Amino acid sequence: MIGRPGWVWIGGLLLASAAVAGEGALRPVTIVGREIPEPLTTAPGDPERGRTLVVDRTRGLCLLCHAGPFPEERFPGNLGPDLSGVGDRLSPGALRLRLVDGRALNPDTIMPSYYRLQETVRIGAAWRDRPVLEAQAIEDIVAFLITLRDTPSERPVP
Amino acid sequence: MLAALATGSAGAGEIPPAEIPPSEIPPAERRSSFDGMSPDIQAMQRDADANPGLLWLQDGADLWSTAPAPDRPACAGCHGEAATAMRGVAARYPTWDEATAAPIDLQGRINACRRRHQGAEPYAYESRELLGLTAYVAAQSAGLPITTPADARLGSARSAGRALFTRRMGQLGLSCAACHDGNHGRRLGAALIPQGHPTGYPLYRLEWQGLGSVQRRLRNCMTGMRAEPFAYGAPEFVALERYLMDRAAPLPMETPAVRP
Ligand code: HEC
Ligand code: HEC
Repeated sequence: MIGRPGWVWIGGLLLASAAVAGEGALRPVTIVGREIPEPLTTAPGDPERGRTLVVDRTRGLCLLCHAGPFPEERFPGNLGPDLSGVGDRLSPGALRLRLVDGRALNPDTIMPSYYRLQETVRIGAAWRDRPVLEAQAIEDIVAFLITLRDTPSERPVP
Repeated sequence: MLAALATGSAGAGEIPPAEIPPSEIPPAERRSSFDGMSPDIQAMQRDADANPGLLWLQDGADLWSTAPAPDRPACAGCHGEAATAMRGVAARYPTWDEATAAPIDLQGRINACRRRHQGAEPYAYESRELLGLTAYVAAQSAGLPITTPADARLGSARSAGRALFTRRMGQLGLSCAACHDGNHGRRLGAALIPQGHPTGYPLYRLEWQGLGSVQRRLRNCMTGMRAEPFAYGAPEFVALERYLMDRAAPLPMETPAVRP
């Protein structure tokens, strides 16, 4: 492990703690079936900002658990499925629910619920009363994930 | 809080208890993090000339035989040779402290001895002195299997520790069990998730550039969960340590271990 990025998870989260201001109460969301069909914001999601968030190990945290079509990103985790082609597998509404509160889909999942105030205990002082990501960030990430298509250009031909 | 989520037909309003079900690791499948380390770090731990923890051990050996004041006994004054008197001790801690009628871990015991028998101030957590003495005492158990004392008075610490281990905590809603029971062997980013056995503490961590206690490690894991870590010496940590040792038995002690 020498010379590799260490447990970016730990140090990074501390650094990020002061960066974002809380947005207070959450916007209401409506789950229909296994989706949240309506966007959380009126401004459409920006896929470029979404990508930046997804690969940021201190904000999106996604690469701690998921690999994906991010050739420049070394050492992704493997706690969750590879995100390559996820835009073919899931609709925007399904991606939105997975991000907002994946526990509505699988109560035992270890993927954090990104847009839900946690009823867990001992939330660190810097993280209380705010979701992991803001509503606009969720929309940006959905807009990005939907672009991940299982096309030959994104998957190296074996 | 949940009211903020107007729920639809999925019935997600009834969120079940915030617990990730544990899947305990059977004794025969328990593995030290040592097994998953690169050969160079394994060699650093094994090789007496390369293991940086030995610097702290030397401090501990000196403190063991130094009287805190002219009219006060050294540790050795009461216990004699550490190699015989302390053999196997760390492998069965935390244990029960009669004086306070509460569970006590090895660092707590060393500080209690200072107060009760040496008339001295307790050492600060993570001080060179406390780490050195704890490592010196624990190293006398190196190679011995962790044992689980059959003391009924430890029962409530055991179950409290287990409850802490399986409960979701912090903003990310993770639990210790989510990683160390359910996902050991996988990678969290670059880091290989170990089974999380406290076999080698105090140990030298390359990332810390120094020796650290098991409580320092647990505080790191809790910070990563975006949870408020317990204070050093908190009863919750002693309970967690008791559960972690039960969960690790019969792996051999490795103090002073080396970790990335
Ligand atoms: C701590 C681990 C963890 C983190 C962090 C995490 N995920 Fe996940 N994710 C999982 C796991 C595990 C699953 C598998 C489904 C389940 O557990 O219910 C999953 C499933 C998914 C799925 C469904 C994939 C499919 O093929 O069905 C998507 C999409 C997803 N995650 C996106 C993300 C994004 C985007 C982020 C960051 C904003 C993220 N995840 C952060 C663990 C994580
Ligand atoms: C999201 C994953 C995750 C969570 C949650 C987590 N840990 Fe860890 N833990 C790790 C990783 C990864 C390491 C190894 C760090 C390294 O070597 O870089 C580790 C290391 C450890 C170790 C050290 C093992 C050794 O050989 O030194 C112990 C003990 C431990 N964890 C206990 C816990 C406890 C108790 C909790 C809950 C309070 C917890 N962990 C929560 C990922 C996690």
